[in-house]
Amino acid sequence: MAEGSISKVDVSVDTKGMNCPQPLIETRKKLRKMAPGQVLEVLGDHAMSRKEIPLAMQDTGEKVLEVKDEANGAWKIYIQKGG
Amino acid sequence: MAKKATIVLFSGDLDKAYAAFIIAGGAAAAGMDVTIFVTFWGLNLLKKGGFDKAPLSQMNMGGLGRWMIKRMMKKANVMPLDKMYKDLRELGVKVWPCDMTLGVLGIKKEDLIDDIDGIAGVGSYINEAKESEITLFI
Repeated sequence: MAEGSISKVDVSVDTKGMNCPQPLIETRKKLRKMAPGQVLEVLGDHAMSRKEIPLAMQDTGEKVLEVKDEANGAWKIYIQKGG
Repeated sequence: MAKKATIVLFSGDLDKAYAAFIIAGGAAAAGMDVTIFVTFWGLNLLKKGGFDKAPLSQMNMGGLGRWMIKRMMKKANVMPLDKMYKDLRELGVKVWPCDMTLGVLGIKKEDLIDDIDGIAGVGSYINEAKESEITLFI
């Protein structure tokens, strides 16, 4: 998906400053409460979690729509909750 | 059906509990069904106030090491053990205290924190473990 193409974010979670494994846990905590098809925006700056949050979505039906890098090592990950 | 991970938490040490809880959290975040079977010294963690009292497995130095590591973890933004436990429970991680060792160590159910699942035996552990992709003894 092209950059900037996320048209609608339903839920957002800020994990900036958090260390392992909290960004993963906060992401899953939010997803569990969401409806299928809704989009979660995860903000963060923990480098390992940028790689590992998409890994944690592989078996659960979630779709990683976009991983976007920001200034100073920050990132945004957009995930669509699976059905 | 979700994949399963089963962890035996035998140790009551702070650092080993961290290892168990971090792995449990990673597995739960990946959508796995996670069960922690708590036995022997691990049961001390589940006593009321137990997370605060847990010693380090090495260099505890009468509690000085524990104090230092907690300070270092706070500085590194690692969440405290009790908060991590709460998050694990929110993600559906099951916690089963071991029936036999509770009896051996003279620990009563009312000595334990409320946020646990039912008391279990080795048969229940095996029943979970035989279906698990990940099994660990910590």
